[in-house]
Amino acid sequence: MTVQSRAHGFNVLWLQSGGCGGCTMSLLCAEAPDLLTTLDFAGIRLLWHPSLSEETGTEAVELLGAVARGDIRLDALCVEGALLRGPNGTGRFHVLAGTGRPTIEWVRDLAAVAEHVVAVGTCAAYGGVTAAGANPADACGLQYDGRREGGALGAAFRSRSGLPVINIAGCPTHPNWITETLMLLSAGLLGADDLDAYRRPRFYADHLVHHGCPRNEYYEYKASAEKLSDLGCMMEHLGCLGTQAHADCNTRPWNGEGSCTRGGYACINCTAPEFEEPGHPYLATPKIAGIPVGLPTDMPKAWFIALSSLAKAATPERLRRNAVSDHVVMPPTVRDIKRR
Amino acid sequence: MRDASAKDGTARLIVGPFNRVEGDLEVRLEVADGAVRAAFVSSPLFRGFERILEGRDPFDALVIAPRICGICSVSQSQAAALALAQWQGLAPTANGRIATNLLVAAENVADHLTHFHLFFMPDFARAAYADRPWFAAAEARFKAGRGTSARRLIEARATLMHVLGLLAGRWPHTLAIQPGGVTRRAEPRDQMRLLATLGAVRATLEQTLYGAPLERISALADPRELEAWRALGPDGDFRLFLEIAADLDLTHLGRAYDRFLSFGAYPGEEGPHYPAGTFADGVLGGVDEAAIAEDHTFARMEDRAAPHHPFAGSTIPDGFDETGYTWCKAPRLAGQPFETGALARQFMDGQPLARALVAAGGGNVFSRVIGRLIETARTLIAMEGWVRALEPAEPWCAHGTNPSEGRGAGLTEAARGALGHWMEVRNGRIARYQIIAPTTWNFSPRDAAGVPGPLEAALVGAPVQEGETTPLSVQHIVRSFDPCMVCTVH
Ligand code: SF4
Ligand code: SF4
Repeated sequence: MTVQSRAHGFNVLWLQSGGCGGCTMSLLCAEAPDLLTTLDFAGIRLLWHPSLSEETGTEAVELLGAVARGDIRLDALCVEGALLRGPNGTGRFHVLAGTGRPTIEWVRDLAAVAEHVVAVGTCAAYGGVTAAGANPADACGLQYDGRREGGALGAAFRSRSGLPVINIAGCPTHPNWITETLMLLSAGLLGADDLDAYRRPRFYADHLVHHGCPRNEYYEYKASAEKLSDLGCMMEHLGCLGTQAHADCNTRPWNGEGSCTRGGYACINCTAPEFEEPGHPYLATPKIAGIPVGLPTDMPKAWFIALSSLAKAATPERLRRNAVSDHVVMPPTVRDIKRR
Repeated sequence: MRDASAKDGTARLIVGPFNRVEGDLEVRLEVADGAVRAAFVSSPLFRGFERILEGRDPFDALVIAPRICGICSVSQSQAAALALAQWQGLAPTANGRIATNLLVAAENVADHLTHFHLFFMPDFARAAYADRPWFAAAEARFKAGRGTSARRLIEARATLMHVLGLLAGRWPHTLAIQPGGVTRRAEPRDQMRLLATLGAVRATLEQTLYGAPLERISALADPRELEAWRALGPDGDFRLFLEIAADLDLTHLGRAYDRFLSFGAYPGEEGPHYPAGTFADGVLGGVDEAAIAEDHTFARMEDRAAPHHPFAGSTIPDGFDETGYTWCKAPRLAGQPFETGALARQFMDGQPLARALVAAGGGNVFSRVIGRLIETARTLIAMEGWVRALEPAEPWCAHGTNPSEGRGAGLTEAARGALGHWMEVRNGRIARYQIIAPTTWNFSPRDAAGVPGPLEAALVGAPVQEGETTPLSVQHIVRSFDPCMVCTVH
């Protein structure tokens, strides 16, 4: 497939509803090149964005109206934040300011004219933290309500392109997950096969957070961190879900050279539906008879138990000691090259 | 929306969506004789984070609370960590405290820059100002999504966020900030990397924003110096702002009550780097935390009988309430509304220019923006010192025990001002969690006595030109507070 050039540009309209704005804030952290340069060279035009556009008040309402009527072509509708159905199904927990109409209604109208509909972040995708606990706002995602299909647009929804809602899940999303998705869409290179089971773009969801984690060696030997700030693997005691979380966080750094596990705390699987309700405290690993309940993806339980008892028996002293320290207390041995 | 049906010549304007603020905002204006006569500020989004937190493990607050807001996520983390630390009776390690200060400071500086370059200044590049002498310069630098300064800022901001990437894994929504310190230790090589990062940000600010060393901005003491800067000072966004502000008389726009509040920012061994305090009726004072209470009269919330201290407060939305016009509660200190933010912090710290500007014209559009610009320079300088003060060989994170009953308050400062979390634990679970965000103070509705919140007061008298549906003066005033609406209601 060749990359199509779109001389006429790719029109994006961005709305925010029941979220924290963090995905936009994360988007602004795009680098090399910076966000505006990236969008420019891809021919992506922001028709309106709540943080970046000049139009406010009446001008913004007129613009939204023109798009909804089809007067302005809408290539991608991006929605950030969960859609709020409460109270009592009225949607009035979020009224689009200046319009008197619930945002969920605006989103339904705009989705109907959009070539593509993109959920930016786990809230817009599945409900996210806005839907946690008692879910006071009756929040849901664009096309999912937690793990179940449905949500604000309904399971049957397809945008004009024939695709379902594309879920750039993440709390927040990595800036490049957004820019690359929009660039692929504008180049005509993202189809139904490029989405995973929860309709996340596979270019980042076909990886696990565990891949490339600097703690992999500790993992291999089950040399585990016992408290936050220890260097060991955080799977056994500190709630790390990196072996089950679909994202490339450790092979595609955040903010320079970061990632959750590089920062010294567990991956809480923020790209997954219902990560907001793990059923246990986030930073603790639930266990039965000393064995973690959530085992690594694709790993039979018997194998895991056999391998980990073997691994524990074979843990090198270096890893055993470093795992429970906040710095390397025992460096790898330097071997004399001549005698190798 | 304009509705000019009222008989007494008062027109009603509904202004929204109000963009280039964080979150959702609608303002209802009553306009007569070319000026705002009364303003009603509404936060039209309710999510209910305080309720979401109830029933959870107390440490889950470190995951949930930052997600209140993607722009001041780290400040929310710090407030939650402070509340947990008080509940645990735990003090952070020195490294942990300093590293947390660096994380919060990086976010606050980034916020000030985002506000100035992306949210506030683009209004001066609107066609309505095309006849002003400074317009061409403002348009080139600040046109929304295109201005040269805005572009450079977005790059510098992403670089600044490497402080978070390195020390906290990522931004926003890190779990690195814990009650006992931070989860990642910095090595000496990290200190060097941090200094390089801060140096790069310093260079951009000195070249583009200020046109001068940060130390020179930090030392500004007298409004006459600003006059001289405007006439003869180095070229930069700062000078352009001074020129625009003088031409549009921004010192006479958007004055509220001149009552200021700061909870104190960046804890140190001998108290916070920017101290806590209040200023009301011309008198400086301390913060009497027990005198804080939230009033629900005009918030669409139950429990309207009397104001509650946050340790006794509730968040029960009332979707059918017709008296209420916002989801935002009305926080009061000793019964009075207070303004909070960078100007308040710099004022409490005795920064001479902040003091002089408040003495001359109180809190107004100009002094609020200058407060942020001074603070940006001062905070970046402080950050360089904090990086050097880290001691890699010393401990980074202390660990405590979790009492099954108890409570804790976490009071800190976000970029926009005083932020407080109040948590009560029963049977090892969060039984009550109340939050008062800076914009809740600034954009509060009226209280039982009918007293308007600070922004509502600041908008009275704002000029409205014939035919304006979204008055520019109103936009300048609203944005001068750097509102964060998702925090306001949470
Ligand atoms: S800390 Fe998590 S992501 Fe890293 S190696 Fe252990 S399980 Fe994998
Ligand atoms: S490491 Fe896990 S929790 Fe962190 S951003 Fe990636 S998927 Fe989300």
